[in-house]
Amino acid sequence: MSHAVLERLTRLLGPEGAERDPRGLPRAVPESNDALVLVCQAALNEGWKIRIEGNGTWQPTDAPADLALSTRGLTRIVSVCPADLVATVQAGVTMEALRATLLPHRLWLAIDPPGRPDRTIGSVVATGTAGPLRHGFGPVRDQVLGCTVVTGDGRLVAAGGRVVKNVAGYDLTKLHAGGFGAFGVITDVHLRLRAQPAVDLTLLARGDRLALLDAGRRAMASAGCMIALELLSPSLAATSEWMLAVRMAGSTEGVAAEILRLEAESGIHWETPTAERAATLWNLVARAPLGGEIVIRLGTLADGLETLLDTMLEQLGEGLLAAGITSGAVRWAGEADASRLLALRQLLAAREVPLTLERAPWPVRRRVGHFGAYREGVGPLVGRLRATFDPRQSFAAALEGSGD
Amino acid sequence: MTPALIEALGRIVGPKWVRHREAERVTYAADGLPTHESLPGVVVLPGTRDEVAAVLRLLHLLDIPFVARGAGTGLSGGALAGDHAVLLTLTRLHRVLAIRPAQRRAVVEPGVINTKLSEAAAPFGLHYVPDPSSQSACTIGGNVAENAGGPHCLKYGVTTNHVTALDVILPDGQLVRLGSPHGEPWGPDLVGLFVGSEGMFGVAVEITVRLEPVPRMIRTIFADFMQLRAASEAVTAIIASGVVPAALEMMDQSCIRAVEASIYATGAKTDAAAVLLAELDGSPEAVAADAVVVEALLAVHGARSVSSATDPSARARLWQGRKKAFGALGRIAPDLAVQDAVVPRSALPAILDQIAEIRDRHQLAISNVFHAGDGNLHPCISFDRRDPGQTARVAQASREIMEACLAAGGSMTGEHGVGSDKMEYMPAAFSPAALDLMCEVRRVFDPDARANPGKVFPIHTCREWHRSGVT
Repeated sequence: MSHAVLERLTRLLGPEGAERDPRGLPRAVPESNDALVLVCQAALNEGWKIRIEGNGTWQPTDAPADLALSTRGLTRIVSVCPADLVATVQAGVTMEALRATLLPHRLWLAIDPPGRPDRTIGSVVATGTAGPLRHGFGPVRDQVLGCTVVTGDGRLVAAGGRVVKNVAGYDLTKLHAGGFGAFGVITDVHLRLRAQPAVDLTLLARGDRLALLDAGRRAMASAGCMIALELLSPSLAATSEWMLAVRMAGSTEGVAAEILRLEAESGIHWETPTAERAATLWNLVARAPLGGEIVIRLGTLADGLETLLDTMLEQLGEGLLAAGITSGAVRWAGEADASRLLALRQLLAAREVPLTLERAPWPVRRRVGHFGAYREGVGPLVGRLRATFDPRQSFAAALEGSGD
Repeated sequence: MTPALIEALGRIVGPKWVRHREAERVTYAADGLPTHESLPGVVVLPGTRDEVAAVLRLLHLLDIPFVARGAGTGLSGGALAGDHAVLLTLTRLHRVLAIRPAQRRAVVEPGVINTKLSEAAAPFGLHYVPDPSSQSACTIGGNVAENAGGPHCLKYGVTTNHVTALDVILPDGQLVRLGSPHGEPWGPDLVGLFVGSEGMFGVAVEITVRLEPVPRMIRTIFADFMQLRAASEAVTAIIASGVVPAALEMMDQSCIRAVEASIYATGAKTDAAAVLLAELDGSPEAVAADAVVVEALLAVHGARSVSSATDPSARARLWQGRKKAFGALGRIAPDLAVQDAVVPRSALPAILDQIAEIRDRHQLAISNVFHAGDGNLHPCISFDRRDPGQTARVAQASREIMEACLAAGGSMTGEHGVGSDKMEYMPAAFSPAALDLMCEVRRVFDPDARANPGKVFPIHTCREWHRSGVT
């Protein structure tokens, strides 16, 4: 079977577009959307299971499949329009490549996802993995104006557009941003960019978790220039105490005034690290989740964060934990088995807190699923949507777990 | 509609909340779009979510289509129902169910009027950001259906960025609970998919939204220009500078003159080719610093005069012309076709030139009042619908404007929706595969396609409808 798949991929894509991955699985590396369509159509016709991959730096490339389909051949930055603050890039473009391209234009993409800089934008959008900047700019989906995908039955479909306001037709982009590849392979994305601020500054405070949480809450009331407000566990921050990290951006005068206000209102001592140290810290926050085999994401309301953190510490231990104080988004990385995660999901569901499994080895993903414990009526809708976009379940995505 | 249906609906909501006489139904024959009318078969006004569910279950059993409607202020003919359909008017579901200041959330019924929500949040120093021009009349449910925008969406995002959870009654009467109060989706982002689905997926009966702190300082800057192109180039320069105004609005000369000739006159000079309104908000220091940048850019791009205000009443005066523009345009002709399209911001100067050319060629009065910072145009065509020749020219000019915006890489609608007004442009905006997929997604929520039938998609574009023999 494996040989026949590779042979077929070679016929479709040429020898440069077909290879074996390190475990010997046939891997398609198409360099165009049309080629990617051919692969999906062939898989549909043959009943092959497809494992979607980017650069393989985030999710383990271990889902059982007949072939891997990598987007790392789709590396074109199609356009950057500084006047419109919009870029169109192919899914295989890495976050680092995009950053480097935008820098001379004094532009940036307000997404700081967990993982390595060579993670692809397709992976970030498909998994909806935002970082601390979610505080200032919202989740990943808010930075995505539109996308092009290939569905499980091989249809090439463009959704959304490349303008900042657009209500034509249904917003299918929302389904793909954070859909974990269950509804299609993302091939291109239109991204909303920002002009670089005059000042981008970080402040740090250390201490007791509850005291920092309290200070963070007081700080958020006065935070016009604040773009991140993140509570970090000692193991993540590589310190002996909990850390509160604030990032401010804007005009020189605006940021200076906000810092004075922050110092006055938070009632704690703040350090101002150098730009290099600040960059190192935020890189650490991004890379830290790779230190745990399991990464989960939780969302709670501002007044429920303390209780949620208590529950997390009790159920899973401190782990590598980062919590957005205003956004209420919590990311935890560490070691936990599937049974424990399933039990935690049920416990949190009763408190209206969704648990998303962001990253885990396949056996855990298979049992726990990226999502689960759906609210009333959602499960059947998701099932029917999945059947619409991927009628033969060609994509090996563990959207919901088996629960066993 | 049969007497038996009218009676059955009356048993659910009470007979006085079922409007079946022609004189009663005429009230609901149009929304804010003057070019489309349609008399609904019967109008029903449920008073509770349970009544909504019971009505939908009944219609499901009888296989009768329905259209959900809020205040009827929409501008795309999206809330019109034909004589074969039941119009479900949701204005009686107008309770603000909860304001939760510590969580910065509110829970509302769909018939709550947009400004009423901000009024309810004001004692807590909070407000609901999306502010469509019709905000004193339009409902949050309608805003959800259309993914409504407004001037202040430039900085803070449109409706979809502010809705975190929805209780929805599907067309078969079943309840589904989408999203979570926090906003982290409980599975794929079905809230994001539902918002803007133009009433074709079901009826939202409970809506959880974000509330934002009222900014500490707001400065409104008013500038006039002798050239329209210079004003649009100033918009591009401001956006590229890194300053994100809360709002960045523009009016052209035709609009300025209509306002100044009306009771809403602000004293703006009528020889100006355009005026720009930029609003900055945040801390006093940040606003002051941003104002220096914006005012310098306005000067560089040839603004003839620049004035600004932070005092609420002075700011209201600067905004008055913009806020009352649509009303003032009523002086020009009995009817007003308000178009809605988006172009990349850098294409604004060129597209405004094209609109002027279309206006001259079709001998029409077109005024532009729009969300310049988003590239969201609202060409307003003044006309008299009693003149068939003029009405035909309005349709042709609208089509040409839409085609020009699509050719510039824009969208056929930024905030009004497709409704029944813009269906014909959908094939130009989307591939057959994309249209097919959207039709299939609709059937996930509404397998019988009974919710708001005949909107958004021209029937011939849906492959599956061909297959089923429906044309």
